[in-house]
Amino acid sequence: MMHIFCPYCGELREEEEFHAKGQAHIERPIEPEACSDAEWGDYLFFRNNPRGIHHELWIHAVGCRKYFNITRHTVTYEILETYRMGEQPGITAETLAAEQLAQSAAASAASSTTQQTGDARP
Amino acid sequence: MTETRTPSRRTSSGGRINRETSLNFTFNGKRYQGLAGDTLASALMANGVDVLNASFKYARPRGLVAAGAEEPNAILQLGSTESGQVPNVRATQQALYDGLEAHAVSGWVKSQKDLMSRFLPQVGKLGGKFMPPGFYYKTFMAPASLWMTYEKYIRKAAGLGRSPLENDPDIYDHLHQHTDVLVIGSGPAGLLAALVAARSGARVILCDEQEELGGSLLSMSGDCLDQTLDGQPASEWRDAVLAELAACDDVLLLPRTTANGYHDHNFVTLHERRTEHQADIAPVNSRGARQARSRLHRVRAHRVIMATGAHERPLVYSHNDVPGNMIAGAVTTYLTRFGVAAGDKLVLSVNNDHAYRAALAWKAAGRDVVAIADARSAPSGALVEAARAAGIRIITGAAVIEARGDRRVTGARVAAIDIDGFKVTGEVEELVCDTIASSGGYSPVVHLAAHTGARPVWSDEVHGFLPALGAPMLKGFDACGAANGSFSLEDVLVAAYASGVAAVEACEYPVADTIVPAVSALVEAPMLPLYQVPHDKPTARAPKQFVDLQNDVTAAGIELATREGFESIEHVKRYTAMGFGTDQGKLGNVNGMAVAARCLGQTIPDTGTTVFRPNYTPVTFGAIVGRHCGALFDPMRYTAMQEWHVAQGAKFEDVGQWKRPWYYPQGSEDMHAAVERECLAVREKVGVLDASTLGKIDITGRDAREFLNRIYTNAWAKLAVGKARYGLMCHDDGMVMDDGVTTCLAEDHFLMTTTTGGAAAILEWMELWHQTEWPELDVQMTSVTDHWATLTVTGPEARALVGELTDIDLDRDNFKFMEVREGMIADIPGRIFRISFTGELSYELNVPANYGQYVWETLFAKGEKYGLTPYGTETMHVLRAEKGFIIVGQDTDGSMTPEDLGMQWCVGYNKPYSWIGKRALTRPDTRRDDRKQMIGLIPRRKKAGDERIVLQEGAQIVFDPDHAIPMPMVGHVTSSYYSPTLGHGFALAVVKGGSARIGETVFLPQADGSTLEAEITAPVFYDKKGARQNV
Ligand SMILES: [Zn+2]
Repeated sequence: MMHIFCPYCGELREEEEFHAKGQAHIERPIEPEACSDAEWGDYLFFRNNPRGIHHELWIHAVGCRKYFNITRHTVTYEILETYRMGEQPGITAETLAAEQLAQSAAASAASSTTQQTGDARP
Repeated sequence: MTETRTPSRRTSSGGRINRETSLNFTFNGKRYQGLAGDTLASALMANGVDVLNASFKYARPRGLVAAGAEEPNAILQLGSTESGQVPNVRATQQALYDGLEAHAVSGWVKSQKDLMSRFLPQVGKLGGKFMPPGFYYKTFMAPASLWMTYEKYIRKAAGLGRSPLENDPDIYDHLHQHTDVLVIGSGPAGLLAALVAARSGARVILCDEQEELGGSLLSMSGDCLDQTLDGQPASEWRDAVLAELAACDDVLLLPRTTANGYHDHNFVTLHERRTEHQADIAPVNSRGARQARSRLHRVRAHRVIMATGAHERPLVYSHNDVPGNMIAGAVTTYLTRFGVAAGDKLVLSVNNDHAYRAALAWKAAGRDVVAIADARSAPSGALVEAARAAGIRIITGAAVIEARGDRRVTGARVAAIDIDGFKVTGEVEELVCDTIASSGGYSPVVHLAAHTGARPVWSDEVHGFLPALGAPMLKGFDACGAANGSFSLEDVLVAAYASGVAAVEACEYPVADTIVPAVSALVEAPMLPLYQVPHDKPTARAPKQFVDLQNDVTAAGIELATREGFESIEHVKRYTAMGFGTDQGKLGNVNGMAVAARCLGQTIPDTGTTVFRPNYTPVTFGAIVGRHCGALFDPMRYTAMQEWHVAQGAKFEDVGQWKRPWYYPQGSEDMHAAVERECLAVREKVGVLDASTLGKIDITGRDAREFLNRIYTNAWAKLAVGKARYGLMCHDDGMVMDDGVTTCLAEDHFLMTTTTGGAAAILEWMELWHQTEWPELDVQMTSVTDHWATLTVTGPEARALVGELTDIDLDRDNFKFMEVREGMIADIPGRIFRISFTGELSYELNVPANYGQYVWETLFAKGEKYGLTPYGTETMHVLRAEKGFIIVGQDTDGSMTPEDLGMQWCVGYNKPYSWIGKRALTRPDTRRDDRKQMIGLIPRRKKAGDERIVLQEGAQIVFDPDHAIPMPMVGHVTSSYYSPTLGHGFALAVVKGGSARIGETVFLPQADGSTLEAEITAPVFYDKKGARQNV
């Protein structure tokens, strides 16, 4: 059972207090009549099912009744952040990948530095 | 005559039992005596009871193998009364109490024979010998149609134990706990980690599944080979630490408490058994209250420290399942802790030093150690030297390859083995003995660490799986001691200290001064990996070598699985059932993987890793359910008039959590008679329905009207103050999700009603749109369902009756249909809505809920002369269906558009905002002509009595009853009743293209092979012009 931080209540609460409402950041087209059937079908029916980072809409149903977003890992169930409606996620699959890339680059740079230092020793 | 004999296997001294207090118990109806401090297992062993069960698949006699949770055989049925029956109790985990009654689980043998003779007579004759792994799958998968027939026999055959047939008199509690540090396991690792945390001021819960806290320290006998901690014997160190912990305010010590499940975000379920060591039903205290039998602690911990120790692995050799074959550590534990020797003459087969303790303790108890077969060529540790010094014969480079005996070990075949070549290399020596203890090393108990999906990692150093510490699923989770692969006492304590400090730091307490106790030295030599012992015959032909005793999985069975192409260990497990059920692979998992790896010519980690699932050991349903049973199973919601309904003998119907009056039988009336009477009363005189359960949402704000325009399909722009309107709500896919009447109380104030079941979901739905898409709209929503009691007074006499209660002018021209008025109702301020769900003249009286019953009773005081009749939901259903009014969720199923329902009149095609659901109504799929459309059905009447035909709700409809099976099904009946007003049955249904087929005949094939006919009609059956509600 997950432990979820409600960004409005400002507290960690038990999962039982919340309802999951699917993928976050699905915007209703402003002019539905201007959408093709395919576009409208995409909006209605098509959702991501990632193995990894997912942005989800939740409601603190038996708490403050506020909707908010969760960035969650669908395999580990790790909750990386929760944020209010209207806000954008601070962590995405892309930022995590970039971070990992930067870390491995830093690691390889560090190891080559060590080698150079080693070479410089008498 | 009952037999009680002097326990012959009890040692003369030692152990943690109380030799002064003897306890009576029975096993399979026979009386025995044990001692206070015994487990059921140690007491049975002391009484020389060797055979405790017949095995799962092969019906082989089985006895005790282990002394703890990993015991695979001694799984018994407990209980002296029917209501106190508990299945799946491990004798090793059950404390003995006076009057305990236990039984072997033997019903399966008969069921299995039954199964075989019924379906596979040729197999039945041959018996269990010819049941290879995969048997059930291969035999019973096809034909699928017979699965239902087989299933009940298979289930019976597979069952271990039975549930009680009477209600459980016990009560079970759930507790919610929050703690800084949860320490699971109270051996040396758990105790030291908990001590560090407690001294630093952290809130600590320390739990352990055993009767006493102390873990492996409890099995240290105090002789010269046991190590000391800070110069103290282990038991004294344990006592001192426990005393200090017990004195801390913020430490909760939970013995008899199993951590059964590790769930997301450090949520752990602990099952604390409070009275199971006293009786099979909890005792009643001095105040007459029954104690809670168990508590389920639902713990949210900031840090979890798993100090669950290790399970010893048995070696896999032929006939290693005959009673008298045990794991070495269990032999030691029974001797040192319970003062029981498993037999008289011991042969020990090992690959490590630690297991030598069994032989030393055996010898110390005055028993005969025949020999130790050590797989290592030159064993050398301190314990080995001690055994040599004690004159025990050690056969090196050798192992027990086969046990002799049938219902009890009578000998051991020992031979030199070549592990790498997997063969016996020397002459086989026959030793006479009654007990064989084996040890193949130690598997860390990593189960909890794997429950959230973090797969354990193989360690070549430990020769076992370690918890995947650091995995994202194990955030805030740590492990130390043997559970994390530290086996020597020094290493265990150093690791436990580090875990304790890390937990304290994570909880942001200053780490208090604590030192790791100094441990007296004990040199242990490394173990030699050995799992399955080679036999002088190849595995497939050698006598059975059991890997998983509980599921009767053999090495040959695993070999067969790999030969048949099952290469992943997960597939092998499913094929053989290894590690299934209550066992969860405690003893056999690593050995099974080792056998598969050998057959596939690869390493154990190449073969895969392993997954464990909750629960670690079985938990009774009572503990899981807690107090949520009987009347507390689910909350029940009553209206303010509940007392009156009960007094009138109403029958109730569940609608969501609401209890609604279903009908009010008079005298000996059945439902049909009552409903006919109630229907006619409404149509001819006046009736009243308790409609308080309808969802009511109060909507305010400057933009409330605009909000309704967007949420509802129809137009709300021009609804005047004091007027009400019926509205339909769709999902954005255009499918109807709810309906109800909404009233304009003021320009910025509306009262919405929803279906009874939909109230909470609709509020959440409207909040979704307001909070995510339209935050700029000034609108607030509040549930007021429980604030109001609603009395629907309906029928030709409604105006006259209501007029006696209210000061509101009810004149037909001053208070029109679909209007609301405020005023006094039976001297209570309230509202009256003139809306109708029956088609009759109707007034819905709304008063504050606390006055509901008063107003209801006042109405009845005035109502007698008008023939006022209370009616329930069943009559309400008939009356509304006669008018063709839908019930969302009964006549709709999430695939019906407003147009499918023929409700185009309720769709505002020209509203400026593209309301929820509108765009979807122009999708090609929602425009199809052959969508299922709502129509009416009247059964064709061919003979007298046919007017009583009521089509079955859910019945499938076809156009051509002569079509070959499978017939194309074109729709189904959604609502169907007998109408006393019409004098015949009628139904609402959906039929493909139905609205263009009025007057046609459709057919309804029945289960008995007959076919009913019905005529498609418009879905309004009574007062088609709607005149009656406007009188
Ligand atoms: Zn909240």
